[in-house]
Amino acid sequence: MSASAVHSLWTTAADPISKIDAPKIEYGQLSPTLIVIGAAIVGILVEAFVPRKSRYYVQMFVSVVALTAAFAAVVGLATSGYGTTKAGIAAMGAIAVDGPALFLQGTILLAGLVGLFTFAERRLDPEAHGNRVDSFAAQAASVPGSDSEQAAVKAGFTTTEVFPLLLFAIGGMLIFPSANDLLTLFVALEVFSLPLYLLCALARRKRLMSQEAAVKYFLLGAFASAFTLFGIALLYGYAGSVSYGTIAQVVDGTVKDVNPALADTMGNDVLLLIGAAMIVMGLLFKVGAVPFHMWTPDVYQGAPTPVTGFMAAATKVAAFGALLRLLYVVLPGLRWDWRPVMMGIAVVTMLGGAVVAITQTDIKRLLAYSSIAHAGFILAGVIAMTPDGVSSVLFYLGAYSFVTIGAFAVVTLVRDAGGEATHLSKWAGLGRRSPLVAAVFAVFLLAFAGIPLTSGFAGKFAVFKAAAEGGAGTLVVVGVISSAIAAFFYIRVIVLMFFSEPRPDGPTVAVPSPLTMTAIGVGVAVTVVLGVAPQYFLDLANQAGVFVR
Amino acid sequence: MENLIALLVAAPLLGAVVLLCGGRRLDAVGHWIGTALAACSFVIGVVLFVDMLGKDAEHRALMQHLFSWIPVEGFQADVAFQLDQLSMTFVLLISGVGSLIHVYSIGYMEHDERRRRFFGYLNLFLAAMLMLVLADNYLLLYVGWEGVGLASYLLIGFWQHKPSAATAAKKAFLVNRVGDMGLSIAIMLMFTTFGTFAFGPVLEATGETSEGKLTAIALMLLLAACGKSAQVPLQSWLGDAMEGPTPVSALIHAATMVTAGVYLIVRSGEIFNAAPDAQLVVTVVGAVTLLFGAIVGCAKDDIKKALAGSTMSQIGYMILAAGLGPIGYVFAIMHLVTHGFFKAGLFLGAGSVMHGMNDEVDMRKYGGLRTYMPVTFVTFGLGYLAIIGFPGLSGFFSKDKIIEAAFAKGGTEGWILGGVALLGAAITAYYMTRVMLMTFFGEKRWQPDENGNEPHPHESPRSMTIPMIVLAFGSVFAGGIFAIGDRFLHWLEPVTEHAHGHPPVSALTVTLATMVVLVIGAGTAYVQYGRRPMPVVAPRGSLLTRAARRDLLQDDFNHVVLVRGGEHLTRSLVYVDHTLVDGVVNGTAASMGGLSGRLRKLQNGYARSYAVSMFGGVAILIAATLLMRAV
Repeated sequence: MSASAVHSLWTTAADPISKIDAPKIEYGQLSPTLIVIGAAIVGILVEAFVPRKSRYYVQMFVSVVALTAAFAAVVGLATSGYGTTKAGIAAMGAIAVDGPALFLQGTILLAGLVGLFTFAERRLDPEAHGNRVDSFAAQAASVPGSDSEQAAVKAGFTTTEVFPLLLFAIGGMLIFPSANDLLTLFVALEVFSLPLYLLCALARRKRLMSQEAAVKYFLLGAFASAFTLFGIALLYGYAGSVSYGTIAQVVDGTVKDVNPALADTMGNDVLLLIGAAMIVMGLLFKVGAVPFHMWTPDVYQGAPTPVTGFMAAATKVAAFGALLRLLYVVLPGLRWDWRPVMMGIAVVTMLGGAVVAITQTDIKRLLAYSSIAHAGFILAGVIAMTPDGVSSVLFYLGAYSFVTIGAFAVVTLVRDAGGEATHLSKWAGLGRRSPLVAAVFAVFLLAFAGIPLTSGFAGKFAVFKAAAEGGAGTLVVVGVISSAIAAFFYIRVIVLMFFSEPRPDGPTVAVPSPLTMTAIGVGVAVTVVLGVAPQYFLDLANQAGVFVR
Repeated sequence: MENLIALLVAAPLLGAVVLLCGGRRLDAVGHWIGTALAACSFVIGVVLFVDMLGKDAEHRALMQHLFSWIPVEGFQADVAFQLDQLSMTFVLLISGVGSLIHVYSIGYMEHDERRRRFFGYLNLFLAAMLMLVLADNYLLLYVGWEGVGLASYLLIGFWQHKPSAATAAKKAFLVNRVGDMGLSIAIMLMFTTFGTFAFGPVLEATGETSEGKLTAIALMLLLAACGKSAQVPLQSWLGDAMEGPTPVSALIHAATMVTAGVYLIVRSGEIFNAAPDAQLVVTVVGAVTLLFGAIVGCAKDDIKKALAGSTMSQIGYMILAAGLGPIGYVFAIMHLVTHGFFKAGLFLGAGSVMHGMNDEVDMRKYGGLRTYMPVTFVTFGLGYLAIIGFPGLSGFFSKDKIIEAAFAKGGTEGWILGGVALLGAAITAYYMTRVMLMTFFGEKRWQPDENGNEPHPHESPRSMTIPMIVLAFGSVFAGGIFAIGDRFLHWLEPVTEHAHGHPPVSALTVTLATMVVLVIGAGTAYVQYGRRPMPVVAPRGSLLTRAARRDLLQDDFNHVVLVRGGEHLTRSLVYVDHTLVDGVVNGTAASMGGLSGRLRKLQNGYARSYAVSMFGGVAILIAATLLMRAV
């Protein structure tokens, strides 16, 4: 607002009513998010009004319908051109509807649907007092080991609140990569983070470990959010706006209006650099990049395994989406400043994740470090700063999320008396007892390692190619070296499963319901299809690779 | 007509597949199937030949493109056949002699329970050999080249229960690998030089290529030829290859496969013409082998090994002729064909003798067999006269031309090569007369073996004698038919080119000199072996004789230089691998593990430490971003 406008507000108070426009909301373009959030609210009402016995089925129904409908809405938007020609900004500049946003939303919704199946699995744990139970605590509020917990278990309670929590998290994740101003970004961040903190605390077994993980995740997440928020404030000081487009204009020096209240600070590059670094740090925390990765192993290990799988897949997709938009839309003018720094982070992330994974003895921690290394590989594609960089990252995220959910779903199957048997020594000789399960897990591990004919190879090849063409050849060299290091521990698990003697006290492999089988089956199918014939999906990611500004 | 070409290869290939996959139910008829399909190939060959004769000399070549084998941009490999006069000559020789030897094998292998498999392998050989000579590019030729190598391996080791046969097969295979490497390197060089390996484009492009590259390609091709044709220094396998059944020795190790090297050089004539240094090496290899084989042949008491030495020597003549360039190509091929007849005949004769002598191969235990097996004696005798170059018989015409051409090379080289060729002719006459006398003349020297079984020499069955008779006709008349009126020269000239050589002395002088050395060689042998009784146990002999009995120490040389050297090399490589390579690898792995163990300690489980790490991280992040702006 200019000075005269402020003045006129005082003097022409006679006809203000007609001047205030109602906010214009494009419900159609926002429908995927609205459906999911709406369903989450319905889920809460279900918890309040539906009898306990039938809640599970009603919640399942609501969630599946909502996710399917939201995915259909995404597909509808994409086919009517909102990903390409009709891409634009909706909701008064808060939400971008463009190719990357729709591609990532679709990926998150499918990953969420598959994750939902693993949440709903009720055949793995032995029945408690005649009731089928899932991976979640009987009653979250009861103190571990207390009488009330005993009573809740005996009564056959289950925490069906996980379904609305999952939907809220998905809703936040849908907004996150499409947020077009910093405040929306922050709100979305919190909307998907808070349910995840809660979900992490809800393990049925090893509850103390689960709660510890949740508290750590919450504390560190809050810490990171504080930095992000501070960074947003600094950027506002720099640009006089939280809108991506305006900040980008200020960075490029093409801004028209200058906010007089901020005239002293506007255009001060120190604010820009520090603010941008802090916001980026918040996003790097979510993707688990070194040195903001320390929560990952602890949380991955402590959280209920279905939550770990979902979180590892979908959080990464959402956070990388937001990072891409921030770097490609807001800060492209600043790339000579942030590219070298991000390269450094990518290098330590790739190497750090791969090296520390070597000495892990717990399969969930191993996969956690593997996810850190993968975050480094994806960062290599982000840094490319080319259209190929965007599409390769989109492809990688899609490929990676299904492998991850599938792999963690397999982890839920291998059990002994204490629940899941996650210590690696117990996996010795699994291939002799359960060849099929071990073979499926081997497929996932090969995909993680990036062996040809798996989706992992196609994805890795795409990001490395983009990085090399974008002038980041060093990253590719480091990436290949850390892939070699990483291959060691993936193959080691395969060797352990197939070429070691089974232990007499080894775990059993539970027979899951069709829900988990679907999750694993989808994982294998995506891994093989994207590995053998990646071209269609690469083309799709290519078409979706242009951001709207 | 060109559509028939593929059938030439397809018929024996079908036989090989049917016989090798058909199993025991084909045991009773397998040999008939194999023989019929070989004959089928021959009939198609004759049809194509008649058709070709009807055409004008310049337009006789036929092409058949079957399919694109490896179509990659810039790398086009086709399965395509080319039938010109040179290929036609080979097709008739291979399928003709091949069919006769199939017939012969019916009798020879009658009591072998794996006879079906034997015919399967023979058919496989025919298919591969025909592909070799019909291919229109070097890559497909290589397929045939490897195919005949495989068939040769399988057939040498056919009696695999004998350790000597198994070892001989392995030896042949290994030595041939050295030559095969040469061919594959030559093909790769061709591809990088010319961008193709089809005969036409490669041979046309030789004019625009540097002599150095062409010499390299030519020498690699020569290495390949040495391996396949048992030329020095890759000659050592041929003697041992005689462990195979005698029909195999006749077909593969005398008449056809071992001449593939000559085919390769003549086919690649343009390359050699443009690389005179390589040509000189070719003539030297030919001349050395010519003497080497002949000397070995003089000392052997094993009839097949004596003949093997002779084969080596005769192929030496062909290689020598091929190395002479356009003045020699036609004569190399002509000698190849006549040699195919008389050497196959000689081997079949040797097989017939062995058949009647309980598989005895030591000529010192033969003697006076002419009365026991008259047909074998006559056919073998005609082959003998042909190979020593008795006037009017096949060998006379073809060998005489090569000796003339060698003199015609001119200069000192011409005199040396011509002299060697003449000397070779004398030695040939000597050792062949020796074989003849030891086998068919003198006293009978066979005795009962330790089990008391005395051999009862007898004439072989008709299935064996008829092929021998047919081949004897070839031995007698082929040379005359080819040479009189220069028929063969005119037939082949459009493909190989021909230049008339001008020997420093007249052709008649050369012929007369050849006659003189023939008489000297044969006479010496007669004095030594025909007029004295033959000791059953070989005398100790001179140093040269003893060395020649050991194949002029070729195996000792290979063992000391190559085997020992190779062992030392591999041992030192293993040492380097264990200490250096493994050291680096294990060291890297150990240091990674150590690093991982240390970094892991950072993950101590305290949220406060994690927060500090994040705080430090963000501080570095900001500092680095600001620093980037500052610089």
